Amino acid sequence: MRITRLGLLICAGFASVSALASERSSINMAPGVTEISHTVYNLHMLILGICTLIGIGVFGTMFYSILRHRKSAGHEAAQFHESTTVEIIWTLIPLLILIGMAIPATKTLIAMEDTGNSDMTIKITGYQWKWEYEYIDEGIHFFSNLATPRSEIENQQAKNEHYLLEVDHPIVVPIKKKIRFLLTANDVIHSWWMPALAIKKDAIPGFINEMWTVIDKPGTYRGQCTELCGKDHGFMPIVLVALEEKDYLNWVEEQKAAADSEKNLSSKTFTLAELNNRGEDVYNRNCAACHQANGEGLPGVFPSIKGSPVATGDISEHLKVVMNGRQGTAMQSFAGQLSDVDIASVITYQRNAWGNDMGDSLQPAQVAAQR
Amino acid sequence: MSAVLMDEVPHEEHPTGIKRWIFTTNHKDIGTLYLLFALMMFFVGGVMALIIRAELFQPGLQFVEPQFFNSMTTLHALVMIFGVVMPAFTGLANWMIPMMVGAPDMALPRMNNWSFWILPFAFTMLLSTLFMPGGGPAGGWTLYPPLVLQTGDAFPFVIFAIHMMGISSIMGAINVIATILNMRAPGMTMMKMPLFVWTWLITAYLLIATMPVLAGAVTMLLTDKFFGTSFFNAAGGGDPVMFQHIFWFFGHPEVYILILPAFGVVSSIIPTFARKPLFGYSSMVYATASIAFLSFIVWAHHMFTVGMPLAGEMFFMLTTMLIAVPTGVKVFNWVATMWRGSLTFETPMLFAIGFVVLFTIGGFSGLMLAMTPIDFQYHDTYFVVAHFHYVLVPGAVFSIIAAVYYWLPKWTGHMYNETVGKWHFWLSAIFVNVTFFPMHFLGLAGMPRRIPDYALQFTDFNMLATIGAFGFGFSQLLFVYVVWQCARSGKKASDQVWEGAHGLEWTLPSPPPYHSFTTAPEVK
Repeated sequence: MRITRLGLLICAGFASVSALASERSSINMAPGVTEISHTVYNLHMLILGICTLIGIGVFGTMFYSILRHRKSAGHEAAQFHESTTVEIIWTLIPLLILIGMAIPATKTLIAMEDTGNSDMTIKITGYQWKWEYEYIDEGIHFFSNLATPRSEIENQQAKNEHYLLEVDHPIVVPIKKKIRFLLTANDVIHSWWMPALAIKKDAIPGFINEMWTVIDKPGTYRGQCTELCGKDHGFMPIVLVALEEKDYLNWVEEQKAAADSEKNLSSKTFTLAELNNRGEDVYNRNCAACHQANGEGLPGVFPSIKGSPVATGDISEHLKVVMNGRQGTAMQSFAGQLSDVDIASVITYQRNAWGNDMGDSLQPAQVAAQR
Repeated sequence: MSAVLMDEVPHEEHPTGIKRWIFTTNHKDIGTLYLLFALMMFFVGGVMALIIRAELFQPGLQFVEPQFFNSMTTLHALVMIFGVVMPAFTGLANWMIPMMVGAPDMALPRMNNWSFWILPFAFTMLLSTLFMPGGGPAGGWTLYPPLVLQTGDAFPFVIFAIHMMGISSIMGAINVIATILNMRAPGMTMMKMPLFVWTWLITAYLLIATMPVLAGAVTMLLTDKFFGTSFFNAAGGGDPVMFQHIFWFFGHPEVYILILPAFGVVSSIIPTFARKPLFGYSSMVYATASIAFLSFIVWAHHMFTVGMPLAGEMFFMLTTMLIAVPTGVKVFNWVATMWRGSLTFETPMLFAIGFVVLFTIGGFSGLMLAMTPIDFQYHDTYFVVAHFHYVLVPGAVFSIIAAVYYWLPKWTGHMYNETVGKWHFWLSAIFVNVTFFPMHFLGLAGMPRRIPDYALQFTDFNMLATIGAFGFGFSQLLFVYVVWQCARSGKKASDQVWEGAHGLEWTLPSPPPYHSFTTAPEVK
């Protein structure tokens, strides 16, 4: 009696789990959009299938024994306790099954590690806590930050569909071309994972890793950092947009034009209001993660900028800290990450916000002079 | 091989009070200390898990800051591995090995005392780091540089605590080996030892081989941070990946250290409640030894995404897959022990059967993880979290609980409350699956590890896992109740306790005398 009731409970459990597997909660790996990702998916299903069959066999035998060989059903214990034949059989058969699995796995692995004959190369650098993309052949270069507003994370605003999986500047690539990725990091170990392409590799500071892909279908694909890299490890997603080749080439031209106009801004003069406005935006995207939106930082961990000796002291020292970072701390050098205009703006903002009210400012030309 | 008879050594017959527990050299007392310490730490680590699961109940940050969340995941693992599973198995070893081999105590009783007492100090120091500037360690229990070098004031205390735990384990292992090799009763050949003794002998060798490697690895972290070395810093000619190699050379045998004694426990319990001898005793010994040997040549399967050469990836994939063979042999032998036995299902047997089923499920996900090209999709996702929690919770932890239920009547002289025991089992078994099974789905669907907040499509299974975790956690209070009640009262237990029990420990009274086997028994 107790067995039947338990059986019902278990079935109900499984039924409710499968009910939960709506389109919002998938329960399986996706086949993805590359030849490799399909092969990996098929391998995964094969191994899962073999394991399920073995499980049914082993657990089935156990449950049969539990039912039929119970003392309460009157079963007397046999006393056999060894058999060399049986030991050999259940050593050899699993070994053969494993060999059967290893062969396709080896073939797939060899294909995945072949990064030769690529059509283009993109260098990816992991930072705490964002990605940098550099198109070596095109001279395009930009950072990709999480774009989800802080208010959504702090539950003050409803979460949008791509919560935590959206960025301000996605990596864009053409379909049907072999793309080679060079992967490294600026500070600690990160890892770049794109499930739809079935590629993941660690980004290690001081070393360069390689991986490749050929994407079959245009679309927007989303991934995340997959190596613990500090407090915002969960907040540095990857968005990859795959385009038809001509759309990709248009995008390349747009990027180059935007980079040129940004460079031209370096020689312009801005008003205090313009600098403060832009600076607040730059601050929220790059500095607030540690120093907080209110400038107060985290006592003992990240210093406060509000009322700090740096932000209310010598402006050229302030510039040096932002450009060069601080050795032995988590304060990175931002010289390579932000443009002249952005650095000038953010320093101006920091010196005038939260009651700092220094009234002074920097122009982009002064920042350029420091490089 | 000269055993010193305990009556010749002058000391108090049966000391009392707090001095008894601080100065004891008695294997039974020390076993009790280890087990009670582990039980306490189980709840400390458990609360950390519940903090993690509470934050992960829904998307968004509700309860804790990401930095503190990371220190919870780090300390949860350090506490559970070094403060719960290892001390609990050491406690079982201390209680049971001398009685199982007919020895009066462990070989080195005073070192035994020190092995235990290091632990409360080590963990006080480790947990105190939560209150230091910069907070507790938050780089994961795996301590990868460069991230771990960003730890604040806590850093040297974490390293020191790990050194202390390591020393405790090494001394305990030395004691186990010396006892088993030198103090068996006449007539007990190696191939007549209970399997629990065999698995602990092999575990002890693994401990001695690998704990010093961990000590080396964390010392290199210390010198990189404070003494200008560059072991793991590319700018100085070093390599962060070298840490991973050294750490996992320790880390992989470590997980076998966490499971081999469990295999020994289950191999003691199933024959008793099947009323049938363990099937394939010598195969079980050889399989355990094979697993231990293979555990040294698989470590880089934790590192498939670091950018290893193809030859390395191939080697580690194949050796890792190979471990499935002796492990499978053990599972088949347990099933064959049950087959055509005369089975009853008291609480120890329930936990042991639960172990065989659920550990095997963990083994299947382990085999999937071994396949390198697919591992690229699983690595550092919740699929891995599901795998290791299956082998560690309904694996190692269930076997410890099973062992306690099995041997409690021997230790205390009272039968425990069987009804509450069964409730404890069923609630634990159900909730452990509700907690960890959905994590397979989360990993396959794309959720990474070690994140305090997640994208919306992961919500449902996270909610389910959190409900399961709280259920599992509160169910463990039943265990505390059973143990507490049994220690104080209960139906008188006979010497043999269980109808199908065989072995030297069951020839002693329940509870056994403070000093047992002061004269060696005869083993035929």
